[in-house]
Amino acid sequence: MATETAPTTEATPATETAPATDQAATDRDQAPAATRARGLASGPGRLLVAVYAVFALAATARAAVQMITKFDEAPVAYLLSAFAGVVYIVATVGLTRSSAGGRRVAGVACAVELTGVLTVGTLSLVDRGLFPDEAVWSAYGQGYFFLPAALPILGLWWLRHTARS
Amino acid sequence: MVRVIAVAVAVVTLVLAAWVFFLAWRNRPIGRAVLAAAGVAEALLLAQVVGAIVLVAQGERAAEPLTFTLYLVASLVALPIGAWWALGERSRSATAVLGVAALVVAILVERLAQTWS
Repeated sequence: MATETAPTTEATPATETAPATDQAATDRDQAPAATRARGLASGPGRLLVAVYAVFALAATARAAVQMITKFDEAPVAYLLSAFAGVVYIVATVGLTRSSAGGRRVAGVACAVELTGVLTVGTLSLVDRGLFPDEAVWSAYGQGYFFLPAALPILGLWWLRHTARS
Repeated sequence: MVRVIAVAVAVVTLVLAAWVFFLAWRNRPIGRAVLAAAGVAEALLLAQVVGAIVLVAQGERAAEPLTFTLYLVASLVALPIGAWWALGERSRSATAVLGVAALVVAILVERLAQTWS
């Protein structure tokens, strides 16, 4: 990373990178406790939490509106979307807590999501009559760029990755 | 919903997203210029809210009022929250968070248009 800033013509990079390396040094001194404390919602985890939060809000709010305005049209689909929304909320909260409890909660939520998206995704393709309107997990989350299928896999991978290091 | 503002927001947020992802790729921090662009998008979104209120006061109605309102509120909070979460840490991924927020706003604007008419 430090070598990458070298070609810049401005005079600032040298002074700018200095505090960064100091920071890295202090981080290393405080390891491993410090690295574990920064944990789940740090680095790529920060992006993961952001996307999870978007899904938590989107799925929950959308299902709530659908249940308020037209519940009878596709009750199963809307209830499943609401359930998915709650699972996303739990996963988001779990990922922002780096404690052992938070990890466990996030892990269970991701596992439930993966099971849900695979089951509902398959069912929605096998029997289209089952879900007259789309649920979040229909067709493996096709309506949401397949992110509902990708998120739990990324989540579980991230949990494993951070547990090892 | 005011169409011109919606198009302007879509353009600004898509440019912002591309810009921020480029910064994340090059591992550069989010600077003032990026935040200014996000500020422009936010100002346009506020103008959209005012525009929608004026139109509704004049007797126009969204096709799906409840959904439209929720999307409108979400479009207002996405960039500030995204910026806060992105600036909380100096890393590639944290920077990319603002890009995600900008993309979310672009999608929300598209959904605003759908639920208005």
